[in-house]
Amino acid sequence: MATDLITWPETQEADATFRPFVDRLHEWVTTVDHKRLGVMYILYALVFLLIGGIEATIMRIQLSAAHKDFVSPQVFNRMFTMHGTTMIFFVAMPLVFGLANYLVPLMIGARDMAFPRLNAFSFWLTAFGGILLYFSLIGANGLYGAGNAPDVGWFAYAPLTSHTFSPGHSTDFWTLGLLVSGFGSIGTAINIIATILCMRCPGMTLGKMPLLVWLNLVMAGMVILAVSPLSAAQIMLLIDRYLGGHFFDTQAGGSATIWMHFFWIFGHPEVYVLVIPAFAIASEIIPVFSRKAIFGYPVMVAATVAIGFIGMSVWAHHMFTVGMSSNANTFFVLSTMAIAVPTGIKIFNWLATMWGGKVEFKSPMLFCAGFLFQFLVAGLTGIMLSAAPFDWQLGNSYFVVAHFHYVIVGGILFCLFAAFYYWYPKMTGRMYNEPLGKLHFWLFLIGFHLTFDFMHIPGLLGMPRRIYTYEPGRGWDSWNFIVTIGVVFQGLGILVFAANLIWSYFRGKVAGNDPWDAWTLEWSTNSPPPAYNFAAIPSVKSRRPLWDLKHPEDPDWKYE
Amino acid sequence: MSVATITAFEPEVQWGPSARGRLGMYCLIAAEAAIFTIFVVAYLFYLGKSLSGPTPQQVLHVPVLFTICLLSSSLTIHLAVRSLRKAKIGAFARWWFLTLFLGATFLAGTAVEWRHLIYDEGLTIQTNLFGTTYYSLVGLHAFHVLMGLLALCTVWLFAMFGKVKSEHAERVDTLALYWHFVDTVWVVVFLVVYVIGR
Repeated sequence: MATDLITWPETQEADATFRPFVDRLHEWVTTVDHKRLGVMYILYALVFLLIGGIEATIMRIQLSAAHKDFVSPQVFNRMFTMHGTTMIFFVAMPLVFGLANYLVPLMIGARDMAFPRLNAFSFWLTAFGGILLYFSLIGANGLYGAGNAPDVGWFAYAPLTSHTFSPGHSTDFWTLGLLVSGFGSIGTAINIIATILCMRCPGMTLGKMPLLVWLNLVMAGMVILAVSPLSAAQIMLLIDRYLGGHFFDTQAGGSATIWMHFFWIFGHPEVYVLVIPAFAIASEIIPVFSRKAIFGYPVMVAATVAIGFIGMSVWAHHMFTVGMSSNANTFFVLSTMAIAVPTGIKIFNWLATMWGGKVEFKSPMLFCAGFLFQFLVAGLTGIMLSAAPFDWQLGNSYFVVAHFHYVIVGGILFCLFAAFYYWYPKMTGRMYNEPLGKLHFWLFLIGFHLTFDFMHIPGLLGMPRRIYTYEPGRGWDSWNFIVTIGVVFQGLGILVFAANLIWSYFRGKVAGNDPWDAWTLEWSTNSPPPAYNFAAIPSVKSRRPLWDLKHPEDPDWKYE
Repeated sequence: MSVATITAFEPEVQWGPSARGRLGMYCLIAAEAAIFTIFVVAYLFYLGKSLSGPTPQQVLHVPVLFTICLLSSSLTIHLAVRSLRKAKIGAFARWWFLTLFLGATFLAGTAVEWRHLIYDEGLTIQTNLFGTTYYSLVGLHAFHVLMGLLALCTVWLFAMFGKVKSEHAERVDTLALYWHFVDTVWVVVFLVVYVIGR
């Protein structure tokens, strides 16, 4: 049993032999290896993170004071459209898929995903989707250099997307980019489900899978059920724009509201598609840095599945201000409030895991601690907004913008940063620089709170989202200035982060196989893992196979 | 079926690497079902909301014959896979070709129906909401039939060159699963467009 598990070959792969750059490039472009595809997803997302960050910065400079004319209203519209679309579809989704791709096969003791070629196909679909979106900058008006970016907002409400209001091809690039990357997402989700259910190593029953694997299974199921409606809606929009259909054409009896329903049937589950992998990361990192097994494993799984189910039935809380029937309003108020229950259970479980543990505040744990606090606040403002009357007052205000950035930046991005630091030694074989990691954390934490704490207040004072400037003297000026100052700290944090990743890749000290004294299977193989992952397929008897191995006198499987 | 063949009961999905193709197909079917659901919802939502004619009652005729063709192709593909499992390659090729023929007949039926609607009744995708939703929903289904037919053709060509053996039964069965799904969707589309909506 014990000898089966350890798969450390004596020598690293003879990888140091010189090969020309073109050969290496060819290897990466044609690869079907889940680890390389995972790394490509992540690098691709980091490039778009910089682009999306620059777009956000442009908006914040424009709004830093009243009556600024840093950019024109037209450019401002393009910036918030591209920022939202980029961050959701080409930063968050690829990061989530990249981590799932890299980690799931390693954690379940498999040598690759179930369908390696489908995996590569899905990655390139996602990649070309992003390129298609940004190609609109030069191609939207037909390649004579006068093109421009989409400016319909990231949820592209009808009738803004009709030919009358979106002449040229910028909206078509938006639609096609999302359609193509959506097919990529569905392909990856199918792959993740098939991998988890069919490729587990001997002994790894569903109840012994690491939580990260469980949560990614739920995430993939949600992708299949949520991204497909978006694809359907995009096909309808293409029929309207190219074939003269009337799905969203109010002049011919069509409905603008049904686009909103179709979009948010995707849009709200999408939030859970992104946050469940963030939960997954926290559920792996918090136990390791608290030196305790996760508290309430079965409840964590049940809560996640509950979030998956309830999360599919809350979408219209984005539409309270549209004027739905009171029955519909009541249903979506109650379902939205209900989802706070399983989410709260998870927060208590993480706290109980830390309780009484020997907590080590290394960079990954710092980011997870920040996540716990910030995600709680984000959930609380979420419950406020779930009450329809409150939402009628504050819908489409900066309060909403502050709320969902608290979820996406304060919750999801903090966990993704934690994941970067935690698995960096596994992916590169080198340790990151701990002081730089802590500097990144504090800079980003200060920047985050300056920006998004103070963004709630102009929202409460009535500042609507998506305005390119405002009148002085409404009490919004100083708050907006503070919000923009926060961007400087966040930007510095990102620069430190990027410098840390690059510097450590060349100069970081060699990490070894298991720098965190962790318990899941990915730490039993080399850093970085060889192409075949495990020399011998491991077999497991508990949820913490490496604990069993390191503590044969007191293994977990005696108690589980 | 003789009693002797029912010796061991095998669960349909055994969770191991050999089941991944089937499981992947189930997931694809779930995703496709979600896409069709949205189109069906749009069709039902826009029923009777067209601002101008023609209406479904005026122009739609129930395609009984072609529906029988498509639905019976589910039976023939099942018989084909069963023949392949028993290594009866000749019977497999015949049932498979019949499936292909029935599917193609259905598609031809759709083409004839659309020609009638466009040239005789003047209903195009631009005419009104009925036209938009009708051609989208039926067209999306026809597109799936077409994709299925291309896949069926590929297998049939392989069979003609003698490359399909009984060990490929699982893979061929996975494709059959998709074909059954396309048929099931037609049951829904038929009910929505020709029964409820007419």
